[in-house]
Amino acid sequence: MKTLVIAEHDNAVLHPVTLHAVTAALQFGGEIDLLVAGHDCAVVAGQARRIAGVARVLHADAAHYADQLAEPLTELLRSVLAGTADHYTHVVAAAGGFARNLLPRVAARLGVAPVTDVVRIESPETFVRPIYAGNVLATVQSLDALKMLTVRATAFAAAPTGGDCPVLPLAAAADPACSRLVARQRVQGGRPDLGSARVVVSGGRALGSADNFRRLLEPLADTLNAALGASRAAVDAGFVGNDSQVGQTGRVVAPELYIAVGISGAIQHVAGMKDSRVIVAINRDADAPIFGIADYGLVADIFEAVPALTQALAGCGEGNFSS
Amino acid sequence: MKVLVAVKRVVDHNVKVRVLADGSDVDIGSAKRAMNPFDEIAVEEAVRLKEAGVASEVVVVSCGVAACQDTLRSALAMGADRAVLVDTAAELQPLAVARLLHALCQREQPQLVICGKQAIDDDAGQTGQMLAALLDWPQATNASKLRPGDGHIEVTREIDGGSEVLALTLPAVLTTDLRLNEPRFVSLPNLMKAKKKPVDSVTPESLGVDVAPRLRTLHMAPPPARTPGVRVDSVAQLMERLRAEAQVI
Ligand SMILES: Cc1cc2nc3c(=O)[nH]c(=O)nc-3n(C[C@H](O)[C@H](O)[C@H](O)COP(=O)(O)OP(=O)(O)OC[C@H]3O[C@@H](n4cnc5c(N)ncnc54)[C@H](O)[C@@H]3O)c2cc1C
Ligand SMILES: Nc1ncnc2c1ncn2[C@@H]1O[C@H](COP(=O)(O)O)[C@@H](O)[C@H]1O
Repeated sequence: MKTLVIAEHDNAVLHPVTLHAVTAALQFGGEIDLLVAGHDCAVVAGQARRIAGVARVLHADAAHYADQLAEPLTELLRSVLAGTADHYTHVVAAAGGFARNLLPRVAARLGVAPVTDVVRIESPETFVRPIYAGNVLATVQSLDALKMLTVRATAFAAAPTGGDCPVLPLAAAADPACSRLVARQRVQGGRPDLGSARVVVSGGRALGSADNFRRLLEPLADTLNAALGASRAAVDAGFVGNDSQVGQTGRVVAPELYIAVGISGAIQHVAGMKDSRVIVAINRDADAPIFGIADYGLVADIFEAVPALTQALAGCGEGNFSS
Repeated sequence: MKVLVAVKRVVDHNVKVRVLADGSDVDIGSAKRAMNPFDEIAVEEAVRLKEAGVASEVVVVSCGVAACQDTLRSALAMGADRAVLVDTAAELQPLAVARLLHALCQREQPQLVICGKQAIDDDAGQTGQMLAALLDWPQATNASKLRPGDGHIEVTREIDGGSEVLALTLPAVLTTDLRLNEPRFVSLPNLMKAKKKPVDSVTPESLGVDVAPRLRTLHMAPPPARTPGVRVDSVAQLMERLRAEAQVI
């Protein structure tokens, strides 16, 4: 049993979801190698080698890995995995935009059927994953010799650091040079990342405008040091960027506290937040489905309740809310 | 350029799917079916490319039982030119679909293939990337804007925490995200016209593709239910509960 975990990073910082992927990989009981492929990313390899439980970091450094494009990374992974097919039994990456783009491509190259969005590992070949917007949990057994999976960071704890393993250089594979990054924009806001925030404040259609969304939800998020999320209706209406969408077809979050503001609770939204530890819903419709999954439901007008809640929280002293 | 669009027939997104009592499968029986929403977006985009004079022909493909013809008819009514049904009653997993589409691409030689970013039944999100790998073509998943050029295409795609623009050499495979466009409604006259458009039928065997599943479903279950919550009457009560009971603030 030997697992290759694919690190997610931006050449400067190892993305914390990688630690969750390592925890999932540890459940197989075998050795774990961690692949860091990028450009000028020795610092990331340095962070990666501190993860407890990792046996070796494989570090591939080349200009064509700088932008984390699927095509060159696939060729690299194919050479690593095809060369040692009798070696690795599992490939694991954290579910999310990066792995979703890459892993199926690698899998198809190797003729493997990947298992995406795994939330539980039952055995080395048996995995549980949600289907139908999380209404069903399917237990699937992989019949392939090599198992390739993406795991939800929300379902596996972060592996501790404190390890100290060797970093081995890995030769780059050829660059297929069929795709090129023209531009990339990441929303900066000084807020915690939606995927890893301790508290998420999400707004729905009820906010009515981008202006209201900011005016009402930013102060609340500020007092809680929370990430901002949204329903699809709020995103489609342009209240907030698409990267904020929580749900079946957006981000999946499971914070300690999720506050749904003016969101009805459609199954597609619920699929992305129902594993949060504590769910609060504020909605003026007492019959809104969101109350069916909320731990605390407040039937109220958001334009009154949210400022009041923000004020009450601010009154508690800010020190309590750092993540 | 010829554009090929993959459309899947799925349970309508408004249906809340349940598991059969014995956990062997989902209970979808006669539940309403529809075109996968992301595939509607894919068809819409392809038809717009044709209307803009960029695409010369739009071919839609669906793999599955004969009733997938309804899905293909909807795509034809939206403006696709012709359809191919890969007729099979076998359970199809994403890798099998990618192989079927790969075989069809070798026959049809499209310059662009557009898939949905995910099917809302299996929520796999794999097929487009796997097809791109089998064809050895570049890919842009989660597309929210296209700018076709000469021999290449620029695609804006949604990524975690933002967006990026990729330039791909053609031929290429794209998958659609929600914000790419808003699919048109199908009018009755167009639905009637679509009846006259050609629908070919092939089989996995005739394409030489083995569709045997590589993942065996052992069991299905509903997700664990959350313990019922409480209603609070005021912000003050909510604060109290969050502090004393949930201990989350
Ligand atoms: C293929 C597909 C994928 C989808 N993916 C997602 C997804 O990933 N994420 C997602 O969120 N949705 C998704 N959806 C959309 C989903 O079905 C719902 O349409 C959407 O979640 C509704 O957003 P909402 O709750 O903000 O709006 P609504 O359903 O319109 O709810 C607004 C709520 O606000 C309440 N309200 C209004 N005014 C006030 C007020 N002043 N004070 C208090 N309450 C008020 C109303 O009572 C209502 O309950 C998807 C749909 C499809 C078809
Ligand atoms: N049976 C099918 N027939 C046609 N297209 C399909 C089929 N299954 C998947 N696809 C395409 O692949 C996309 C992603 O599906 P999936 O990988 O299953 O989430 C869908 O949006 C369709 O475009």
